[in-house]
Amino acid sequence: MTTPLAAPSDPTVGADLRFLEEVSAATAGVSRLEMCIQCGTCGGSCPVAADMDHTPRMLFAMIRAGMRDEALRSNTPWICVSCYHCVVRCPQEVHIADVMYTIKSMAIRAKLYQDSVAPDFSQTFVDMVENYGRSFEFGLATRHYLKHFPLRIPGAASMGAGMLSKKRMTVKPKRIAGMAQLDAILARAKALELTS
Amino acid sequence: MNGATNQASSLSGNGKRPRIGVYVCHCGSNIAGTVDVAEVREWAEKRLDRSGVVVARDYKFMCSSLGQELIEKDIKDLALDRVVVAACSPHLHESTFRTACRRAGLNPYLCELASIREQVSWVHSDKVAATDKAKAVLSGAVERVARNEPLEPQHVPVNPATMVVGGGIAGIQAALEIADAGYHVYLVERDPSIGGHMAQFDKTFPTLDCAACILTPRMVSAGTHPNITLLTWSEVEKVDGYVGSFSVTVRKKARYVKTALCTGCGVCQEKCPKKVIDEVYEAGLGYRKAIFTPFPQAVPKYPVLDRSNCTYFQRGKCKACEKFCPTGAIDFEQQDEVVTLEVGNIVLATGYDLFDPRRVTQYGYGRLANVFSSLEFERLTNSAGPTHGEIVLRDGVTKPSTVGIVHCVGSRDRNFNNYCSAICCMQSLKFAHLVKERTGATVYNFYIDMRTPAKAYDEFYQRVLEEGTLFVRGKVAEVTDAARLAGENGKLIIQVEDTLAGKQRRIPVDMVVLSAALEPRHDAADVAKRFGISCSHDGWFIEKHPKLDPVATMTEGIFIAGCVTGPKDIPATVAQGAAAAARVLGHIQRREIALEPIRASVIEERCSGCRICNDLCPFNAITYIEERAVTEINPALCQGCGTCVAACPAGAIAGTGFSNEQILAQIDGLLLRNLEVPAAEPALV
Amino acid sequence: MSGYLLYPGCSLDTGARAYDESLHAIAGPLGLELTEIDDWNCCGATEYLGINLIPAYALIGRNLALAARQANGSRTVVAPCSACYLNLAKADHYMRERPILGERVNEALAAGDLQYEPGSLEIRHLLDVIINDVGLDEIKARVKRPLSGLRVAPYLGCMVPRPDYEHRWSDHEHPIELDRLLDALGAEVIDFPLKTHCCGGHMTQIGPETAYELIRRLLHAADQFKADVIATVCPMCQLNLDAYQGATNRHFGTSYEIPIVFFTQLIGLALGLDADAAGFGREMVSARHALGRVGVKPPPPTDAEARRRPKKDRLSLPMPQMPGGEGGEP
Repeated sequence: MTTPLAAPSDPTVGADLRFLEEVSAATAGVSRLEMCIQCGTCGGSCPVAADMDHTPRMLFAMIRAGMRDEALRSNTPWICVSCYHCVVRCPQEVHIADVMYTIKSMAIRAKLYQDSVAPDFSQTFVDMVENYGRSFEFGLATRHYLKHFPLRIPGAASMGAGMLSKKRMTVKPKRIAGMAQLDAILARAKALELTS
Repeated sequence: MNGATNQASSLSGNGKRPRIGVYVCHCGSNIAGTVDVAEVREWAEKRLDRSGVVVARDYKFMCSSLGQELIEKDIKDLALDRVVVAACSPHLHESTFRTACRRAGLNPYLCELASIREQVSWVHSDKVAATDKAKAVLSGAVERVARNEPLEPQHVPVNPATMVVGGGIAGIQAALEIADAGYHVYLVERDPSIGGHMAQFDKTFPTLDCAACILTPRMVSAGTHPNITLLTWSEVEKVDGYVGSFSVTVRKKARYVKTALCTGCGVCQEKCPKKVIDEVYEAGLGYRKAIFTPFPQAVPKYPVLDRSNCTYFQRGKCKACEKFCPTGAIDFEQQDEVVTLEVGNIVLATGYDLFDPRRVTQYGYGRLANVFSSLEFERLTNSAGPTHGEIVLRDGVTKPSTVGIVHCVGSRDRNFNNYCSAICCMQSLKFAHLVKERTGATVYNFYIDMRTPAKAYDEFYQRVLEEGTLFVRGKVAEVTDAARLAGENGKLIIQVEDTLAGKQRRIPVDMVVLSAALEPRHDAADVAKRFGISCSHDGWFIEKHPKLDPVATMTEGIFIAGCVTGPKDIPATVAQGAAAAARVLGHIQRREIALEPIRASVIEERCSGCRICNDLCPFNAITYIEERAVTEINPALCQGCGTCVAACPAGAIAGTGFSNEQILAQIDGLLLRNLEVPAAEPALV
Repeated sequence: MSGYLLYPGCSLDTGARAYDESLHAIAGPLGLELTEIDDWNCCGATEYLGINLIPAYALIGRNLALAARQANGSRTVVAPCSACYLNLAKADHYMRERPILGERVNEALAAGDLQYEPGSLEIRHLLDVIINDVGLDEIKARVKRPLSGLRVAPYLGCMVPRPDYEHRWSDHEHPIELDRLLDALGAEVIDFPLKTHCCGGHMTQIGPETAYELIRRLLHAADQFKADVIATVCPMCQLNLDAYQGATNRHFGTSYEIPIVFFTQLIGLALGLDADAAGFGREMVSARHALGRVGVKPPPPTDAEARRRPKKDRLSLPMPQMPGGEGGEP
């Protein structure tokens, strides 16, 4: 948004609009969340809507209503597969997928997510990248399954063995030469935030 | 105006010092709330007397009769020869004060308005600064008005004949009203018959009148009216002239049928061996022959031979129509005929095109057989259509047991058209009703909002609800044939979020109807240019004022009616057709038209014939005179936009009412340089 | 031919090894000069974006900065992996659309002595480069072993045709690029209705049931059309449909056995390479059967082929004309 929705001096406007502004500010690009007409194209297009607590459209209605806790607890963004069907069909050009990423990161910071599987997976992936500069499937899978799906390890192991034998997975991670450079960049990036 | 007049010396045209009356309006508190009006008045009296101000007054509401009377009295008593009213924008009351001056015997163009409301009190909050700005604006107006010339509007005669372009319901309405009033109309239509889109429909909302039943009597009247000359299968190629005397070149395309001999018996169509898909009237859903009349009630009844699909023209064989024609009316040698028609006014009523639903790939139109566009569906329901009014699937036989009707296809969508097409909700309700009536199928309507604003519209919605049509609030996300769940095999599945229930639904249907947007005609920009009117970037013609003048254009003498300006329903279209007719009749009755004298003119001595200005005129008012090697501006077409004035490198074009002298003086006044001790100013070019 | 900066992405030398092998095998014959970006790092896939905005874009930004610096006369970065392609394109696009983002990212990159001017690189997917720069005529001319009789379901997945900031693809829902490429290779291309539907992405690790359902839909559709293979353009899609086909079968009690190959492998075969050189043998669902089809007499027409055409009947109503000449007369 270019203009804030509420006059800064107006004390009666509460968490409602400020949550919407917060989400918009933290989203890559110009989110256009305030342009949503609640038509339902996103919810209708979503291939995994049936598994979500709230359809994407409902999530946006909740954001606009200032329902911060409910929105950040919703499993919706964690089920989102980033297929972008909603984005290209939205008649108001709302940056739907990017708002999903924003809600994810806010949910992590506020520790409000219900199910930790997805946030943990993302964090584990990120840890690998921050360690090696490249993703490391074997390390990722091992840590993830041990933490969350220990009972599935036997099944996963046989698939893993197949992948290893076909050289589609390695047990040793690859590391980039410029790790120090990457570390410096990421450290600086973490200190910067997008709030407006 | 030429000459090196010293702009600081405030001389009016005849060298005499002007006598200027200044009137500062309070406009209640609109101006007075921010601008110290009394101070401005006092300042004008004291400081602008050197510029010619002999009296300065302020008043609560200058536009009231009392306010106007102040001006009129001063003109008479104080022999004022210039008036400045500092008040609201000239858009509102310029004519009010000009008329007051005229009543008092002063030429109305010697009155100037200074906008101290829209340009000062309404846009600033700092009272001191606003008052200073008001003084500067007033000062500018005073300097300008001193250099105003008395102008007289130009009067041009009006040819009582009219051309109406477009033979749909808007054009027919306009033509009939003008013709009934006793004046001649040329009704030009591009297709072989008049009738337009309305002729394609079956029923019309909300009354469920049969479209043909209410339209064809009008078509027949238009076709037989002694005052209407029908030119169908014809197109306007060029428009010359100006209001009151347009010279329009029309190409009457060859029908290859001698209309004097043709009885409309239809044998030629029967015998013609070449069948082609009718993309226009049948919306691609039905067929016609190479020689055809588009529908049985066509006016005129004469068929047209489509050369590009005719076996004889393409391959030199056949001529079956000629063989079988009982009156020998077929004429393969016929040529296009180009005629020039003289008219006084033109009404453009060229209608709309339908949005192409192929562009919304997720709806599968064109890929999935049983997805239909709204016009295709109209043809299905029309009893003279390809299925004789039976609502069936693309196989031509099977009746659907479930139908989904999708609203907002290509409308209200930044990916296609931003606007709402106004008629689709009602049209979709109509479709739902017809499906229920003729097939008893289950009907779903998928909408974002229900837009039923006009008379009897919401009652129609109630009726359709009562009939049992199911409404799902959700913009359809996808139409697919990829079955996933039980009961989906062999069906079309509409995937949508039922926003009111809060979940995604997959609804299997047999047939999908897409209520597609109304779009401007695809050659609208060309047509606008040809007629010299404005067209928005998306192709809708632009009205003179969207609220207060919906059927006029910025070009005098050219009026617009119907969907050319934007989507609208039949009642609104007819009203606009009638409104345009009334405006035309007004011109015709007055016999002559007064044109605003604010326009450009070429100072011939200065024109070098460089022709830079020639192509710049948006109103086609500039022509080049070969013999004298100079450019000329047609005062009747010129709208006074000033483009050519600015472009001329020699300063050879003067803008009446906007001379260099006037403008430069106004700037000096704005900068308050007129208050400084007059220095030697450079001579004006 | 022009040179390109190659951004392979992490999966190319692991999960998508077949893609890597086939890509390099065909690059020479097609005249593509691919120079790997020096010391590139992971793009973050869809994971980092959900944690932290600026670090996520800075992670991607480092690659863009390195590529811009390395630019060997070419300013085109080509990415074979759809997710990498989208991340690079998205970073570039948003840094332009929202200048403050660009500023913050460059501030972060500065800590590593790097800078990136958004808009200075052209970011394209490998399929785009092959179709538009090499061109279908060129490819057709080089086909030595037409894939006649091989029924291929073109599967583009989500991130190539969407959101498509630079408007490179013919359509968001049913783009025809891959179809036309496969056609040029001589294959029998299926009008696959789910060609841009999601494979489930990382849901295989997070919510496997959700992922299996998405995988099942794709396999089911391909099966209905009697596809011999599904051709993919993305390592994630290939992994999900291939490596998790067994798990999907077990979950639903189905028995799909459809090999999933990379389009570059099919190009390789068509150019005359043997199966090994074209990266075959690494897929979990064996492509043996499909390979056998190539060069073999095409089988008799099946029901699936007649599916799309309406009955040829004088009562039938005509279809609207579609680009490519279909429609019109039934």
